Amino acid sequence: MLRILARRAASASSALNSHPWIAHSLKTRPFCLGVLPNGIDRTSEPFARNSDAMDDLISDLQSHITKVLAGGGADAVKRNRSRNKLLPRERIDRLLDPGSSFLELSQLAGHELYEDPLPSAGIITGIGPVHGRLCMFVANDPTVKGGTYYPITVKKHLRAQEIAAKCNLPCIYLVDSGGAYLPKQADVFPDRDNFGRIFYNQAVMSAEGIPQIALVLGSCTAGGAYIPAMADESVMVKGNGTIFLAGPPLVKAATGEEVSAEDLGGATVHCKTSGVSDYFAQDELHGLALGRNIIKNLHMAGKEGLLNRLQNINEEYKEPLYDVKELRSIAPTDLKQSFDIRSVIARIVDGSEFDEFKKLYGTTLVTGFARIFGQPVGIIGNNGILFNESALKGAHFIELCAQRNIPLVFLQNITGFMVGSRSEANGIAKSGAKMVMAVSCAKVPKVTIIVGGSFGAGNYAMCGRAYSPDFMFLWPNARISVMGGAQAAGVLSQIEKTNKKKQGIQWDKEEEEKFKAKVVEAYEREGSSYYSTARLWDDGVIDPADTRKIIGLCVSACMNRDIDDTKYGVFRM
Amino acid sequence: MASMASLLRRNYRREPFVLLIRFFSYSSSHNQTTQRIEKILVANRGEIACRVMRTAKRLGIQTVAVYSDADRDALHVKSADEAVRIGPPPARLSYLNASSIVEAAIRTGAQAIHPGYGFLSESADFAQICEDKALTFIGPPAAAIRDMGDKSASKRIMGAAGVPLVPGYHGVEQDIDLMKLEADKIGYPILIKPTHGGGGKGMRIVQGPNEFVESFLGAQREAAASFGISTILLEKYITQPRHIEVQIFGDKHGNVLHLYERDCSVQRRHQKIIEEAPAPNISSSFRSQLGQAAVSAAKAVGYHNAGTVEFIVDTVSDQFYFMEMNTRLQVEHPVTEMIVGQDLVEWQIGVANGEHLPMTQSQVPLSGHAFEARIYAENVPKGFLPATGVLHHYCPVPVSSTAVRVETGVEQGDTVSMHYDPMIAKLVVWGENRAAALVKLKDCLAKFQVAGLPTNINFLQKLANHWAFENGNVETHFIEHFKDDLFVAPTNSTSANEAHDAARLSATLVAACVISSEHSLLEENPPGGNRSLSIWYSSPPFRVHHHARRKMELEWENEYDNGVSNLLTLTITYKPDGNYIIETEENCSICLEVKATHLGNNDFKVEASGVIMDVSLAVYSKDQTKHIHIWHGSHHHYFKQKTGLELSDDDEVRHKPSFDRSSHPQGTVVAPMAGLVVKLLVKDGTKVDEGQPILVLEAMKMEHVVKAPCAGCVHGLLVTAGQQVTDGSVLFTVKDQ
Repeated sequence: MLRILARRAASASSALNSHPWIAHSLKTRPFCLGVLPNGIDRTSEPFARNSDAMDDLISDLQSHITKVLAGGGADAVKRNRSRNKLLPRERIDRLLDPGSSFLELSQLAGHELYEDPLPSAGIITGIGPVHGRLCMFVANDPTVKGGTYYPITVKKHLRAQEIAAKCNLPCIYLVDSGGAYLPKQADVFPDRDNFGRIFYNQAVMSAEGIPQIALVLGSCTAGGAYIPAMADESVMVKGNGTIFLAGPPLVKAATGEEVSAEDLGGATVHCKTSGVSDYFAQDELHGLALGRNIIKNLHMAGKEGLLNRLQNINEEYKEPLYDVKELRSIAPTDLKQSFDIRSVIARIVDGSEFDEFKKLYGTTLVTGFARIFGQPVGIIGNNGILFNESALKGAHFIELCAQRNIPLVFLQNITGFMVGSRSEANGIAKSGAKMVMAVSCAKVPKVTIIVGGSFGAGNYAMCGRAYSPDFMFLWPNARISVMGGAQAAGVLSQIEKTNKKKQGIQWDKEEEEKFKAKVVEAYEREGSSYYSTARLWDDGVIDPADTRKIIGLCVSACMNRDIDDTKYGVFRM
Repeated sequence: MASMASLLRRNYRREPFVLLIRFFSYSSSHNQTTQRIEKILVANRGEIACRVMRTAKRLGIQTVAVYSDADRDALHVKSADEAVRIGPPPARLSYLNASSIVEAAIRTGAQAIHPGYGFLSESADFAQICEDKALTFIGPPAAAIRDMGDKSASKRIMGAAGVPLVPGYHGVEQDIDLMKLEADKIGYPILIKPTHGGGGKGMRIVQGPNEFVESFLGAQREAAASFGISTILLEKYITQPRHIEVQIFGDKHGNVLHLYERDCSVQRRHQKIIEEAPAPNISSSFRSQLGQAAVSAAKAVGYHNAGTVEFIVDTVSDQFYFMEMNTRLQVEHPVTEMIVGQDLVEWQIGVANGEHLPMTQSQVPLSGHAFEARIYAENVPKGFLPATGVLHHYCPVPVSSTAVRVETGVEQGDTVSMHYDPMIAKLVVWGENRAAALVKLKDCLAKFQVAGLPTNINFLQKLANHWAFENGNVETHFIEHFKDDLFVAPTNSTSANEAHDAARLSATLVAACVISSEHSLLEENPPGGNRSLSIWYSSPPFRVHHHARRKMELEWENEYDNGVSNLLTLTITYKPDGNYIIETEENCSICLEVKATHLGNNDFKVEASGVIMDVSLAVYSKDQTKHIHIWHGSHHHYFKQKTGLELSDDDEVRHKPSFDRSSHPQGTVVAPMAGLVVKLLVKDGTKVDEGQPILVLEAMKMEHVVKAPCAGCVHGLLVTAGQQVTDGSVLFTVKDQ
């Protein structure tokens, strides 16, 4: 009730905001301790320009999403329905607690990655509650290439398991897959982080007490057969679910035995005779209901994080004072233009209340404490290039949060550390290393959102993918690369020019420009958010307006575990 | 007087219904020293027990309830100051057990016994026992009960007093052949009825001589079971009769007056379902003729206390005949109370105390018009068979001081058992005139919420809305006469489509309400008791880059389409603003944007395409199914939703045959109601014709003959006489040979 009131108050105040005589009283707000000002001028020209640009990006994003939500196309979907099978997202919906949220990961994995489209990499992963327990769902999409595993499919499956292992989430595998995609076996089968790692992870997680549940809703052939076999408990659906190491054609080829799929590895065989599966389901809905039941009976398995979660979460919280939709109007299209990260923070945190740490020092890095959906967080956001002071301040703040078990949220918009002789002489590398050390070793949950650029060592210090944030999302306008396209073109053309000069070749202006354009073009393409998310360098591209919600869900998922004590390496002083 | 008026008004507010109470002129009380009643034992159950206790309480009289084992937690027990157990559930061992009731009165020190209606209310013996034990029987003298209880004797007395009588045979000689001869003499159709008892029990209409024997024997059996006396009388059956009865009241000083008449013509199974007062479409001279006849009838037997003289009015000839006199307070007495503004139970107690009647005939007011609708647990499509079950949801209309009364003896969660009358409540409404009262009746019926067992509410609504009823053209064959309008034609495609559209709208509202209440429940009580996950349960549920959707499947039976069960599949999309887009998946996809606000309990405000309405929902689970009832406007729909999936089922369990009719092979006959097998008419293996009676079931003292659905051989007839069977259980199968 209080929460509803709070929401009403928030929306009322944002509505009142447009009244000139009320605006005056709101202007006094910044003087209230910790409450951030609006930070956006709705009437300004950049506001309109940014909004338009972001609207284009979002409609582009939405069109990609619409395609992947349709799965493997109308025919495949129809075929799936004719077998009394639901689509993977519908299956998950039926498993989730009714009316609960689902944090889906990497919807655009596999985007323009292979010659054929591979919507969502042929596998749906995400987090949601079942009987009040957060679970990791991994659901094959049988309408996409028969649910077979492409290299990116394996990567997405492993990423889901990685999150589950880290956050202590019971895993529910909704199996409906033809196994490895054979034409790409070299990229699917042999390496460490390939197909076999799935079962390795199941074994290790099971050993750690993280429940592994498999629902066999379709075929489960060859390597795939080990998913239910390695599970703690498994359900098989009569008629649709099959488990065998080799399907009927291969059996015939190998031994001459002629046998139907159902007789070879159907639910009856495995629930009554072989014992490969534990629960016999009459149909898919029954199977999903049995899946829910299994979770209901997990009791305390994997629940040690509970105490941790219960501490210090405000049940009642205020919505931000400003409309979260305005997050779509903050990021400029031109990465050279800066914006105050506080206007983003003001739209993410409860009541827009942000208690800033070391506000006057190292001002290009904004640090401070806030709450998101009642959960305490420490926020680190970029407000320009990282200087010595900013990096030191960042390291200090990370230490604070790690000591207090406060999850960290990184809001990346960074072109890098300051370069130049003065900076080098001041030991910028040393300062940067301190922050990187702190980021690497802090054991608290970390969520990274790239709201703008993510370049060079800035990506490292601000907890880029290599620093294993628990979750990492991009805004559609985000760009990730070692440096900007223009800078790279400049560097590369310098080197090329020198090389050519050594060989005595004269490089004319036109060719040089062509060379540069090619580099810029490549950086442009490879630096885009879609290029990143297609390769699973992140956990998804999100609508800026969803940022608050997604961070909230991520932090909640991360708090499902105990937080280990942080130990740092040697700080170079 | 002004202060008394204000005192009365205050009283109204406290009392669920209002009566203009006039205080008795206690002219006799100060010169008599008889002890006044200070504690009453109510020898009854259900609504009438509660109703009597309410007046007693208002008068400062203490109350004692009696209860059988089935009624330990019943409302009438809770309403009383004291309650005494009188025996096991069957009525003959408890509520008909005179000695244990009298003993209970003595034990608790009650000076008087109010018998209510039914049970021992018209037992002269019981009245006599009370008298012998110096207990005041709140009712007429035993002699009057005896005279009027014997229908043949009563007619002789009435004939002598000059009250007009229907031609018939009222002889003591009960030989079946003689009776048949008498019947032939009077001419068919003939009405057979027991000389004792009432309420239509044991009554039979015989259309021709060949049906006589079976009906006669059945009537004897039922009479014996219900009243212990199996004497039968025969009467000319009037084809277009009205049933009009006059409420009379007498005191112990020889004063008798009438409180006008009630029309109880609308009946089913010879039992009243809608009564009204005064009777519509009669002249005031006819009214006073009736009244005078009734008063003379009462005086002829030296009557005192409340009584009802029933007349049959031949609408063709405008003649009225004496039928019988009920020597008790009738079920439908509240309609009289409403139009005369008096509390008849208070009058009864006053008379029992030896007081004079509080007014003279000319002082009896007549104000407005009142209806009573009896709400029964019964199965209308199955021929009004009594139903049993749990009142999972029970929310009668709110009573209002002057216009709406609800007389009930049950509460939500109570069971309507097979032991007693299946009446749930009496809805009584009053209006300035008949039309105004009828408007209220319709409104109250639409808002009367009962879920858990089948009721006749929908049927009552149809009755109240029928043009002939609106015109007051009532007669006892009303239901039979207009059955095409009142009962659903099995296949009427236009109505079926309309019904389907209405059900679809209701299903849409159900979906919105269910989801909205589910959400408020999730917010208060997150699953797993884990409040820290509340972010995952906030509304609307979050999805990355798309809106959460869900399907809901509601099963609905279309009574206009042979009761075919339809599966309505709804797709609900959660909009970010908290509204729902609800599509009903049909050939023409209909889509509504709905906003539902849970007001608490069962009530919702729902906005659908610009219309804001009040919606009430009742949800309960039974047999792995969620039963959902919805009320909005004048609509009530009932849906079923499977929840069995939430439970873990073995395949064996899932394949276990249920009592679902459709799952039985052809020729299988299931019990149409829970009841007692009283008689087997054929042996297992007998060859039978279509329609041949096979066995007789009894429930709530009504006999029901189970017949062969087709010609063939009876198989699997394993039940025995005296065996209890449950609703829907297989009785036997008739197989072709």
